Amino acid sequence: MSLQGDLSSPQNYPLYIRSVPTENELKFHYTVHTSLDVVDEKISAMGKALVDQRELYLGLLYPTEDYKVYGYVTNSKVKFVMVVDSSNTALRDNEIRSMFRKLHNSYTDIMCNPSITRGQDPFQAFDTMVNSMMMQVC
Amino acid sequence: MTPPTHWDFPVELCCRPMAFVTLTGLDVVYNAVHRAVWDAFCANRRADRVPISFKVLPGDHEYPKCRTKRTSYEWYIPKGILKTGWMNKHLNLVPALVVVFYELDWDEPQWKEKQLECATRVEIVRQSLQGRNTKVAVVLIQKKTPLPPGEDVIASERAAALCNACDLSGKSLFVLPHTDHLVGYIIRLENAFYEHAQTYYYTEIRRVKSHKEFLNKTTHQLLFVRHQFKIAFFSELKQDTQNALKNYRTAYNLVHELRAHETNILEIKTMAGFINYKICRLCFQHNTPLDAIAQFRKHIDLCKKKIGSAELAFEHAAWMSKQFQAFGDLFDEAIKLGLTAIQTQNPGFYYQQAAYYAQERKQLASMLCNHDSSVTYPSPDPLETPTGVLDFYGQRPWRQGILSFDLSDPEKEKMGILSLQLKEKNVLHSELIITLLSNAVAQFKKYKCPRMKSHLMVQMGEEYYYAKDYAKALKLLDYVMCEYRSEGWWTLLTSILTTALKCSYLMAQLKDYITYSLELLGRASTLKEDQKSRIEKNLIKVLMNESPDPEPDCDTAAVKASQKLWADRVSLAGSNIFTIEVQDFIPFVQCKAKFLAPSFHVDVPVQFDVYLRADCPHPIRFSKLCISFNNQDYNQYCVVEEAYQKSDILEQSSQGTMCLVPGKTRKFSFKFVAKTEDVGKKIEITSVDLILGSESGRCVILNWRGGGGDAASSQEALQAARSFKRRPKLPDNEVHWDTLTIQASTMIISRVPNISVQLRHEPPALTNEMYCLIVTVESHEETVAKDVKLTAGLKPGQDANLTQKTQVTLHGTDACDDSFPALLPDIPVGDLQPGEKLEKPIYIRCGTVGARMFLFYISYLINTVVEGKEILCRCHRDETVTIDTVFPFDVAVKFVSTKLEHLDRVFADIPFLLMTDILSASPWPITIVTSQLQLSASMTPVDQLESYVGNVVLQTGESASECFCLRCPPVTNASGVATGCYVISWKRSSPVESVPVVNTIITLPHVIVESIPLHVNADLPSFGRVRESLPVRYHLQNKTNLVQDVEVSVEPSDAFMFSGLKQIRLRILPGMQQEMLYNFYPLMAGYQQLPSLHVNLMRFPNFTNQLLRRFIPTNIFVKVRLQFNHAMKNRSFDFLRIILSPFAQNSAFSFHCCCLQNILSPKTLFI
Repeated sequence: MSLQGDLSSPQNYPLYIRSVPTENELKFHYTVHTSLDVVDEKISAMGKALVDQRELYLGLLYPTEDYKVYGYVTNSKVKFVMVVDSSNTALRDNEIRSMFRKLHNSYTDIMCNPSITRGQDPFQAFDTMVNSMMMQVC
Repeated sequence: MTPPTHWDFPVELCCRPMAFVTLTGLDVVYNAVHRAVWDAFCANRRADRVPISFKVLPGDHEYPKCRTKRTSYEWYIPKGILKTGWMNKHLNLVPALVVVFYELDWDEPQWKEKQLECATRVEIVRQSLQGRNTKVAVVLIQKKTPLPPGEDVIASERAAALCNACDLSGKSLFVLPHTDHLVGYIIRLENAFYEHAQTYYYTEIRRVKSHKEFLNKTTHQLLFVRHQFKIAFFSELKQDTQNALKNYRTAYNLVHELRAHETNILEIKTMAGFINYKICRLCFQHNTPLDAIAQFRKHIDLCKKKIGSAELAFEHAAWMSKQFQAFGDLFDEAIKLGLTAIQTQNPGFYYQQAAYYAQERKQLASMLCNHDSSVTYPSPDPLETPTGVLDFYGQRPWRQGILSFDLSDPEKEKMGILSLQLKEKNVLHSELIITLLSNAVAQFKKYKCPRMKSHLMVQMGEEYYYAKDYAKALKLLDYVMCEYRSEGWWTLLTSILTTALKCSYLMAQLKDYITYSLELLGRASTLKEDQKSRIEKNLIKVLMNESPDPEPDCDTAAVKASQKLWADRVSLAGSNIFTIEVQDFIPFVQCKAKFLAPSFHVDVPVQFDVYLRADCPHPIRFSKLCISFNNQDYNQYCVVEEAYQKSDILEQSSQGTMCLVPGKTRKFSFKFVAKTEDVGKKIEITSVDLILGSESGRCVILNWRGGGGDAASSQEALQAARSFKRRPKLPDNEVHWDTLTIQASTMIISRVPNISVQLRHEPPALTNEMYCLIVTVESHEETVAKDVKLTAGLKPGQDANLTQKTQVTLHGTDACDDSFPALLPDIPVGDLQPGEKLEKPIYIRCGTVGARMFLFYISYLINTVVEGKEILCRCHRDETVTIDTVFPFDVAVKFVSTKLEHLDRVFADIPFLLMTDILSASPWPITIVTSQLQLSASMTPVDQLESYVGNVVLQTGESASECFCLRCPPVTNASGVATGCYVISWKRSSPVESVPVVNTIITLPHVIVESIPLHVNADLPSFGRVRESLPVRYHLQNKTNLVQDVEVSVEPSDAFMFSGLKQIRLRILPGMQQEMLYNFYPLMAGYQQLPSLHVNLMRFPNFTNQLLRRFIPTNIFVKVRLQFNHAMKNRSFDFLRIILSPFAQNSAFSFHCCCLQNILSPKTLFI
């Protein structure tokens, strides 16, 4: 079973990537990177409606043979991408949505946290959250 | 065919099935008529023609034999699902209809014989088709056009006879007249054939269905599938695609109900693949792409795990790849026919997946087929079959038709597998993969998936690498690298770079090798330290003109070849200098150049720092650092160079200045003196060059455009600016790399002037005056300021009209005219000694009111010494001042009668008064030097026009008035008459004598002149005395050319007694005047009403006494008797003053004076 969490900036460079298990990580990086095509297209299709509608969850981006790729985009165009093993039937749309919401909240928390001090990786707190989430589903 | 293609779909599966009709009795080689008929059948078959495939065969052609009908299936055990020849048989061998062409006219003389021959031909065909349901039809080729049906009695008789003879129904006999409308006849014919063919296929379907009842589920499972497939296929031939689809679906479900075992799994998969292909194809044809996709997904899910024999796992991967590729092809074909695909559902995904399975196939093959070279291909070839083909689709050649799940001959099985493995070894997998990938790339390009496209191109590149086509691999990888770089996906970039480095190593491409090494050592690389260290050592070797160590995981044979190439490179002399432009990638040396200030004065040296930082694991030396500017003269001052020995390069000392220590920022400071001609210009760093290696070995020039920065630095700068991270404190001489910003240009500005400029003047300026402004320049320089120049005047860039209405001059004594300029540029002032003070008066004349900006710009040359170098530089200082211009005074003019009553018109020849009023508006006192009334020709003065306001000084708000007595001769035109103008000569009251006088000309208003018939004026003393006679003379003047009858009467007043004519009628001749003399005798003192004179003109009833009142006095002042005279003299004077006092309050003293003068002049003024 494999699960991959990813965070990508408005300019589409990766902010945070984590995958479990770690083997074949490169392939997942590629998967996440290519899924941004669909995210970009969805954002541009939604256009201004996105802001009014406030629906940040983009749903299933595209199916591959073995994985399902889900997307989520914040109002400031930070993108979250999740790659889940196709065989994992326990994760339905609702669960994915709530996982994204959790990730978003956690991301907002660390971005707003003024007390992150020198030398500390801002994504450390994020990391623990992601870890606990992955533990639950894997 | 041989097994390697047994997962390829056969042609007969992929084509569109069409009814098969054979034409016999046509000699298309020697008979022109037959040839034309055949051409009409087969040429130009567009979509609107019925779907039939025709074939010309000889009349005695042997059709495939029909096997004897089985009466019972009880003991029948099928050997496979579908025979390999079956589809082809029904597409190309067994016709639905055989047409016998025969040349026969209805009026054929030898009818009997011909009829017999025709019947024989039909019989032969029937013989050959023994046991089949194939229809037979006869077409008579006739030379004559047939008559309409029913008219030709012989024809219908003979037709019936022929049908009888040939045992044909009337529907199967056709006549083809060989006339002009051949194609039309042919189309009608083939439509009829099509109907026959459909009937045939219908009966075939019924026939196959009829077998079903004999089958049982235990032994005939295979037959269920076979029959269902046949029904579907016949339906397709019948062009009944809906039923075909339905039957294929059933067949598909039946295939998966078969008991699967390792021995028959290939057959099941093959058939499932065939049927799936048919279903998907029909779904696309019915324009239900979602059904097609759903079916395909189902198919893949069902078959994915049916790998079969583990030793032949690559076969399964190949089969999977084929499934995806075929589906992609179908999808793509449907798109070409008008289907619309979307980004997330397009053929690209299927090609990609096909490529993925092809890769898997390659992997499995390399794992399973790595036989030792001593293993030879088994003989006899187990893949050979007696007929050369397989009997059933998807079976093993060495055990055809064996349904048992147990392997009867394990040895044979082993040989079979071995031969398959050995054959797989020879397959060019990379080629297959690359083809599929490039198909996918083409699709993703179409559906806006740039990243997917890049990813696939990376895979293509890697595949080319595996295929040892390094040049192509490098080309592809290089193409996509920048996309990953620009989006900052460093892990992916590193992986691509690693492959690219291997390619460039194996090809011994020096420049590429160096470039990729530079980037892999850089901060964007996610390689581990040991890897970086290895790459850096290799790079140093390359710089020393040695061969690098091979990259890991490279093909050994390729490494050997490349080592030879490297050795050749080493021996080659020359072309060992590589210039690498770094802004397009992320090298391991970062550079930032920074001018210390955005601008430098020309008399101070320009200073800048170049910061360098290396990200590689070991310290690295460089041989030269040089900076280029837009003005190349400065390049020579900004070079750091150190010749070092070749052996020093490995010495890892961090002491030398020319060494970059990882993680430490190195600063190089430069300074140079700017050229004086560059004042006002920008000095820009156009490039920074860092030279690694030496010219004796290899030399790499890292070239940063502008002041440094590479592909990632702009993004990093943005992040650093946004980051709120606190940075640890560093020692004073160190800086945080992130906080450094590039400043690649600076301005050279002129030296700060050391002089003061002061302006002395008294604003506001008055219109048209020569406004004096004194500029004081004082030098605080320590040496002589040479060539001092003053530019003074209106600041350019203001309203264009101001330029016209502003004049500047250095000479204030004489008034300037409009030809003077608004700006005096570069007035030479000479030299200024240290401490010297210089004053320059500037005179400005402003013709209009309003604010103006004036510029005073002093420039001079001075010698200074910068860094021991003497330069002559020009300094300048400018001052601007805004000066308001106002009117000095307002002038009001009015016309009044001699009785000071306001006049809106004057009477010809009758004197009137012109009053002027000058009201000072200037904040400074002004002196009216003189004033002058310049009358026009139509006006004449009554007395002297001397000025009364000469040398009057007016303070703000004060006014000076004058009045002039004028007369206007009669004029002919009734409209206005020009009065003339009023010239005021004035100047600012100032102690300076030289201020010139300004003449302000005021044009006086026009006045309407009216003539009157009679003018009366009275001649009387200025005052009377009680009881003393007061003689009054009235002059009645006839102003017309007519004799006038005048009635004159005098009405008595209480204050006077009078003598004279009380009432009289008289005549006055034209131009003459009549004198009336009265003697009034005042009775009371004071201001008394005179007895009033009434004049009536007979000819001019409009002439009223009202008008008369304007000319003659109505009152007079009567003084007391003479004996009081002396005593009252002073008091009467006081009284006058009291009367005048209201005027005195409002106007200036001058008016006072002028009034008094006028009062004392007895002729003109009465109060």
